[in-house]
Amino acid sequence: MIEVMPETIIDTFSVSRLDILDPEGIADESLLPSLSREDSLRLYELLFLSRAFDGRALNLQREGRIGTYPSILGQEAAQVGSAFALKKSDWVFPSFRETGVHITLGYPLELLFRYWAGDERGLLCPDGLNVLPVSVSVGTHIPHAVGAAMAARYRGDQVAAVAYFGDGATSKGDFHEGFNIAGVYRLPVVFICQNNQWAISVPRSRQTASATLAQKAFAYGIEGIQVDGNDVFAVYSATRQALERARGGGGPTFIECFTYRISHHTTADDADRYRSSAEVEEWKQRDPLERLRRFLEKRGYWNKDYQADLEKRTREMIDQAVRDAESAPAPERSEIFRTVFEKCTPRQARDLEVSADADL
Amino acid sequence: MPTCNMVQAINMALREEMERDDRIVLLGEDVGKDGGVFRVTDGLQEAFGEQRVIDTPLAESGIVGTAIGMALYGLRPVAEIQFLGFIYPAFDQIFSHASRYRNRSRGRFTCPLVIRTPYGAGIKAPELHEESSEAFFCHMPGIKVVVPSGPYVAKGLLLSALRDPDPVIFLEPTRLYRMIKEEVPEGDYTLPLGKARIAREGSEVTVIAWGSMLERVLKVLAPYDAEIIDLLTLSPFDEETILRSVRKTGRVVIVHEAPRTCGFGAELAATIAEEAILHLRGPILRVAGPDVPVPLAKLVEHYLPDAARICAAVDELLRY
Repeated sequence: MIEVMPETIIDTFSVSRLDILDPEGIADESLLPSLSREDSLRLYELLFLSRAFDGRALNLQREGRIGTYPSILGQEAAQVGSAFALKKSDWVFPSFRETGVHITLGYPLELLFRYWAGDERGLLCPDGLNVLPVSVSVGTHIPHAVGAAMAARYRGDQVAAVAYFGDGATSKGDFHEGFNIAGVYRLPVVFICQNNQWAISVPRSRQTASATLAQKAFAYGIEGIQVDGNDVFAVYSATRQALERARGGGGPTFIECFTYRISHHTTADDADRYRSSAEVEEWKQRDPLERLRRFLEKRGYWNKDYQADLEKRTREMIDQAVRDAESAPAPERSEIFRTVFEKCTPRQARDLEVSADADL
Repeated sequence: MPTCNMVQAINMALREEMERDDRIVLLGEDVGKDGGVFRVTDGLQEAFGEQRVIDTPLAESGIVGTAIGMALYGLRPVAEIQFLGFIYPAFDQIFSHASRYRNRSRGRFTCPLVIRTPYGAGIKAPELHEESSEAFFCHMPGIKVVVPSGPYVAKGLLLSALRDPDPVIFLEPTRLYRMIKEEVPEGDYTLPLGKARIAREGSEVTVIAWGSMLERVLKVLAPYDAEIIDLLTLSPFDEETILRSVRKTGRVVIVHEAPRTCGFGAELAATIAEEAILHLRGPILRVAGPDVPVPLAKLVEHYLPDAARICAAVDELLRY
């Protein structure tokens, strides 16, 4: 006897994906965001600067001039495209692999170099920007964006909070708790996941049996979408729309940027141990920078002279940032006590004195 | 001056400070409509609205994490964790973030957050409702730990905690919630964090306690000439008051309900040994919970320091 379960469909969901610019640099004109020539070139320059910064950081690490560094190679469009949609008044909670976000928001390159060289003063966010220090602990900063969104709404401020994280973070409890609270209170928060397919050596298929990450949003009663994370226009459009929805009281959005980590997890990792070079080569064909270059060339915005000039300007900017970072005075010993509490505890004050004596 | 218990005193402190400072918001499980499972936040949602007294989903890490975000933004959130035994999922948030945001951001972003939580044994509650894990938080640089021992100090300490620029864990001894009634003034008064209180002066032995053990020590040591210190703030603790008393009496007993090994008494004993060993006539003694999980009601009195064990320790020391 076959038992048939009585079944009534009480809800259905569909997962959508946004693609605008293909790897050949051909755009779906109907979806193309209205960006001026200057904006399009600005996006290209930010992608280029992000990649150049990343390359320099990897070289500096090899030379022993900075410490362990997590490369963003391949993820530039997901970072630059999303951050380009932000306003200065928005609150940004980055993970540790967001150099492109920092660069797009105007975070000083010198400070980024200093941070990765082990100078914690590199995380002192300049006034006028609300970029929180990077969260090295995976995904645990997601509820902080939720709390900032709750505070912003309490204050009546028209700002959004944005949390950046990777595919690995979607396995963490704080992903669930943060999404859940954001959904319950329909908070002005945008969750941006760069699904780069690898959490160190663990592939995306071992993080979740879910067909996409985007669909996880639906269980929390919030909007979710997957975008081609190597398509700077798709990332920008989806983020801008999500931010407008958030600021306008429409609640949170989860954006899964489908991308790829071309490099190792960090400079301390060897990705050849756990993934094939064929896979990496395949993803290199979907390069975010090259496809935007092709698009700009087709439009007549890009030529070799422009590229040569851009490379020169970028190199100078990075050279200057490295010089500034390396010529910054070393932190003093008192720096380790200075900002733990507003005022040192008696015991800290005593240890500080001992340190000072030891300096003599 | 009204006479009230600790539940009422804490409620009064929250209500008055919420009237004074619109940055104060409360969040936690059942804190709103229900007024908290111990009724500590009773009537506050009615008075201040759902935007300021927020019933959250059942998610300790999410509650503390959300409160951290609010604090970073410039509010002064007060997160309630329903029982200390349920705080462990939020441990990561407290240790990895609340305690570090000021330092990590080099002072640009701060985390003025209060985490209130009932704690301690002796209320006939189920497992994990009677924990005394205060020492964990004392081992976290960047976190202050405050433990009131009665209604008057609870109000004054909580007002200080609410105004403190850094994160504070505020542990409320459940056994005392309704046991002690005393006069608590309406209006503003504060007791400074980091300062202990001489609960009773004496000359033969110094006894250090906090939270619900303070009440017990005061009662069972009434016949002794003991100087009893109510620590009030565990981190940073008041070394000066302790050392002054120890130098006077030359004898120390530390009483706490948490398990002995790595309990906060160990830090106090080590400090006294480092700073005042030449003033001691005998060993530093600890009367503490044994190294076992807190038992349920039928066995809890075998766990908690009782009159016999406290008096035995004092008697032993007085032989020196």
